[in-house]
Parts: sequence; C-alpha cells; structure tokens
Amino acid sequence: MSDIAIRVDGLSKQYRIGSAQKRYNTLRDTLSDAFIAPFVRAGRLLRGQATGAAGLTEIIWALDDVSFEVKHGEVVGIIGHNGAGKSTLLKVLSRITEPTRGTVDLYGRVGSLLEVGTGFHPELTGRENIYLNGAILGMARSEIDQKFDEIVAFAEVEQFIDTPVKHYSSGMGLRLGFAVAAHLEPEILVVDEVLAVGDVSFQRKCLGKMGEVAQEGRTVLFVSHNMAAIENLCSRAILLKKGKFISDGPTTDVIATYLEETKPLSTGNLADAPRPKSSYRPVMRAFEILDKEDKPVSTIRCNDPVTFEIKYNAGDNTTNLIFSIKIQNLTHTSLIFLQTLTHHGPVPQWPSEGTLRCRVPSLPLLPGGYLINVECATSRRPKDLVDVVENCAELTVVASDVFGTGYLPNTGSHGYFLVDAEWEIPPVEDTLPVPSEI
Amino acid sequence: MSAMSEVTSQDSDQSASTKLVHTRLEPSRGWVSLQLQEVWAYRELLYFLTWRDVKVRYKQTILGAAWAIIQPFFTMVVFSIFFGRLAQIPSDGIPYPIFSYAALVPWTFFANGLTQSSNSLVMSSNLIKKIYFPRLVIPMSGVISGIVDFMLAFVVLFGMMLVYGIFPTVNIVFLPLFLLLAFVTALGVGLWLSAMNVQFRDVRYTIPFLTQFWLFATPIAYPSTLLDQPWRTLYGINPMTGVVEGFRWALLGTDTAPGPIIIVSTLTSLLLLLSGAFYFRRMEKTFADVV
Repeated sequence: MSDIAIRVDGLSKQYRIGSAQKRYNTLRDTLSDAFIAPFVRAGRLLRGQATGAAGLTEIIWALDDVSFEVKHGEVVGIIGHNGAGKSTLLKVLSRITEPTRGTVDLYGRVGSLLEVGTGFHPELTGRENIYLNGAILGMARSEIDQKFDEIVAFAEVEQFIDTPVKHYSSGMGLRLGFAVAAHLEPEILVVDEVLAVGDVSFQRKCLGKMGEVAQEGRTVLFVSHNMAAIENLCSRAILLKKGKFISDGPTTDVIATYLEETKPLSTGNLADAPRPKSSYRPVMRAFEILDKEDKPVSTIRCNDPVTFEIKYNAGDNTTNLIFSIKIQNLTHTSLIFLQTLTHHGPVPQWPSEGTLRCRVPSLPLLPGGYLINVECATSRRPKDLVDVVENCAELTVVASDVFGTGYLPNTGSHGYFLVDAEWEIPPVEDTLPVPSEI
Repeated sequence: MSAMSEVTSQDSDQSASTKLVHTRLEPSRGWVSLQLQEVWAYRELLYFLTWRDVKVRYKQTILGAAWAIIQPFFTMVVFSIFFGRLAQIPSDGIPYPIFSYAALVPWTFFANGLTQSSNSLVMSSNLIKKIYFPRLVIPMSGVISGIVDFMLAFVVLFGMMLVYGIFPTVNIVFLPLFLLLAFVTALGVGLWLSAMNVQFRDVRYTIPFLTQFWLFATPIAYPSTLLDQPWRTLYGINPMTGVVEGFRWALLGTDTAPGPIIIVSTLTSLLLLLSGAFYFRRMEKTFADVV
C-alpha cells in the first residue's frame, strides 16, 4: 500500500425514484391490480428484494462510473450543482448506503459528518446528548470523557449543560452538535454541507475548526456550495455533474470550470431551461433585465435603475403565486432577494399568463458579475416551490462614478454593496504650525 | 459493515507506527455474513442507545416508571376476574392472580420488546440516513431496554409471592435462562418485523394483532397442563410457552419442569433469531435508501 487514503474505482449508485405510471383502462384492471399487487410485493419482500412500497421503477444513476484517488493529508472539495451526486458520494464513502457497482478502498478510520447533531434526543440534557452523539459518531466513552470539557467550551453551552436540549435555542443545538463532531479524530473525515446552517459566527467557527483539522494532516473530503469555503480550505477539488466525474485538479481551476458550467442561458427564454428538480413545472417562460428605457441588457452601471421582467404561464394554478428574484455573487452567495410578497404584498389571484416587472430605482451593487435565480411558489414554505430556474441570467455591473470622487470600493474584499454616506472630517486648525517643507 | 463485504485487515506492509484499517466497500450479493464482531465493536453504542430508550421512555408522563407495573398488573386483575373467577379456569393449584401474573411479567417484557424492536428502525430513520453503524444495534437496544421494566414488574411479583406466602424454589437460579429465551424470541421476531417495516409500513399495524393473538396462544391465562401429551410438547413450538411455564416452575414450583417443551421452545426461538438475523442483514443495504 502506498500513501493512498481513499481509492474510488468505477463507483456507481443507482436509485429507483418515482413509479412509472401504469395506465388503467378499466375499473376491473384497477381493482384486480389493487388485489394482486400486495401479494406480489409480499412475495418480493420475503425473498429479500427491496422495492419499497410504491414499486418504484424509474431508475436514475446518482453516481455513474466515478473514479479518483485521495492521498493521506489531502483536503479535497467536492463541488457540483444540485443532483450532481456529491451527497450520494459521501453517503457511499461513509458506508450509509452501498454502491451498485464499483469499489471503494479506505485506508484509515472514517468519520462522517453529514448532519450536525445526528441522534440528539430533545428530552436528554446537553451532557447526555454529548455522550449519545459521541457514541453514534463512533467515539469511545473514554475518548468523550477526555474531551468533554473541550466540547462544552467549544459549544459555549457551559451554563445549560444539564438542561434538556429541547429548551436550547436552535443555535445552541447546532453549536453543541458541531462541537461533538469537531472532536472526532478519524484519519479520514467526510463532511457534507454542515456549514450551510446556523448564523455567520457559527459558520465562521466551523470553518476555523475545519481549517485546523485540515492542517493537522488529516484527510478531509468536503462538500459545500460555498465556493469561498472550498477555495479557502481545499487545495484540490473534484467536480461532478449529474453523477459523472467532470474534472479534478487545483481548486481554483476546478472552480473556474464549475463557474464556466454555470454560465447562464444566453437568451432570456426559460421555457426549456433545466430545472433543479423534476417536480418543477416550467411556469416561468422568460426573464429579461431591462434598463431605464426598458431595453433588454445584460450590463448596467453601478447604482443605475434596473427592471427585472418575468413572463409566466401558470396554467390553472393562478392563486396566491409568489415570484422571487435572487441576485447572487459568482460563488452563489445570495446578496439581494426581491419578492412580490415582501415588496408588493400577497396577490390572491393572478391572470393565468402575463408579464410582471420588478423595478429597482437604483441597484447598489459594486462592479462585478452576478447571477440571478428566479423562483415561483404558492407559499413561503420551500416545499411549495412551483418552479425554480437557477442562473437564468448573468448581470454585469460596471463602474460609474457614483459619488463623484472617482473612487469605488473593490468588489469582494470591500463587500458587494454601495451605500450613500457622509463623512465628517475634522478640520485642520490654522493655529497649528504648518510643517515647512524644504 | 452495512451489508458490504469488508476486509478489516491490518496492512502488514505498513510501517508499525501508521497501521491503518483497510476497508473495502463494494456491492454485496445475496446473503451476507452477520458480522457479529462489528456489533461487538459497537457495544458502547448499543449501551448508549439502550440507556437513551430507558431514560426517555417515561419522560413527560405523570406516572413515570409506574407504567412498567401498571401494564402487567392490571392485565392480571382483569384476567383474575374474568378467567379465574368467572370462567373458573384451573391454575395448577396456585392462586390465580399469582399464577397469571408470574406469566404476565415475562410476557410483557416479550411483547414490549417485540413491539419496540419492530418499530425501531423506522423510528431511527434519521440516524440510518445520516451515519453508519451496524444496524443490528437498533432492534437489539429496543429489546434490551425492556429489562428495566421487567425488573420493576418482577419486584411486584416478589411482593405478591410474599403476600400469598409462596416462596421461590431453588430452581430460581434458572430464571435468567428463561428470560434469555424470551429475549431471543423477541429479538428474532423483532429482526424480521423491523426489516420488513422499513419496506412496508403495514407491519406496524399488524404488530398489535400479533401480540394479542400471541398472548392467547401462550398459556398465560390458562395452564398448558390443559393439553395432553404429545400436544403439550408440540405446544412448545411457541417459545413463549417454554418461557411462561419455566417461570412458573422456577418461581412457584408448579409441575411444569423444563422437559421436552423447553427444548422445542429453545429450538424454535434459535431458528427465529438466526433466520431473522440473516434476513435483517440481507435487507440492511436497502435501509438507508428506503426508510
């Protein structure tokens, strides 16, 4: 054996989703099937063939012939869009589910962190949950005893350690969960999007801890949508797309490839644009960015007025629609959220098709590239999303001398927004001797 | 290993300081080994899950642990009134209340253990989907956690024996074996049902029926001596017959010494456990995807 920590060879994972719709022509067929199906299923069950209650038949390959190797001490980011197979890969590597084809060789103890606080029981106290969660993550009791104080201090829950977790705020629960996981010491650590939850200070703390882990020379596989975090932590990245391996290399190069893939649709036509989930219906048909003369553009000047236009066709479903426009930076951090509900209020009845416009008197974004997502929902709950198109347009903001000073902040390092402000500068007092120049 | 064949070998060609466990994950085919050494490696998790079940069971209840006693005790009261008093069912020369309660104590342990373990996988779906550990641990902890309830009910049984002036025989030393038999049976059935429950939730609705039928198919409200040989021995096919008659023999000194019945019961029970464990392991690979 060499210094390989993980070797993935031809890994494939098949899932059965949804059921192919059978067409019943007569009531008799329907009834007879309803009587026969349970026996067929019971037979399969006893033979040990799992198909699930719905008799799922439609097949998708969540991972399709993926191969790569990771050396000991490498910190590798896994990136890709929703449905790229990132989480499935982590599930296979952490042995939660088994591959359909291919093999994985792991050299070293694997610790996986796919969720913060897995197995926390609300009725148990913080102290009890630390032991329970530690045991679930594979820590020995002696190991937890030894690290207990450190875990409690890291989670900042000293005062509440003997309070049932159900009385914790959600932030405290998250911190405690992460604290336990952060003190795992496996040779190989597999981490899913755990940083996507919690407030900013929590996220920063998690990232800091992840950085420490990486520096200790442990092998880390890290999935995130947060490109900044990936860039910061990982020297190498692997890009997946629809279950297939796309590229592997230094993080900056792979992220560049990923962003290239994310290139928005060149036209404003959304009817045939890919949807992140197959359940979404193409309600939104077209999207345009308009300048102050209502001409379609893709570039505006800093602080210019701008109008976003969505053409939709909602069919029969015309009540209580909510449309949203999300402006993100190129690493998909959301910066601005424009929503009919927040800016206009609820709209109980919509025409079945039409055009809506969102006029922004001035868009305070700093120069740079931005991506736009549009969403349509029937309520504020995420499960009631009807249609989502990610990266439906790219908006380029170019510099303009907004304040008449000839200067603008730098995008990214100085933030993303421009606000008006007045500085009061202390006047130079005349009585002070002016240093004479030679 | 979750239904994957695993080579947990210490790589010998590694330098002594960095011995790393090598694990190979690949698709499993057909019936797979039980990997009991892995369950052993996760015994601390088994302990914590059991401890959690015990700790949480009666949280936010008014009566708390009293529930462990109420169940068998009130069943005994009802049985004593209807079967003992009204139907005049014989009780091997022992006062009917203690005759039925001595059987209800192990029965309640069995029935609760079976129910708990059958539902355990579905109840732990969030764990199964997020982290790996030998899944056998889950139904096992479901049965084991019932031991505490058993102990409480057992204390009451002792109290009743004092009240009725019955003293346990020396055979009481065999009692743990009968308890083990009840445990093995509950786990065997629990393994079958929990694995099926993942696929089809119908199982959840059959469990109450099952335990109810099984209650009356076991000589709890009546003595097995009602049957003549060879039917009595054959009755041992229901492992709980062996358990219940064993309890009465060891504690109350009834004439139901573990003979052929207990052998038949033990065999059935082991068959249930083994088949259940292999079936469970075979289905295990689908748990995370289906549950």
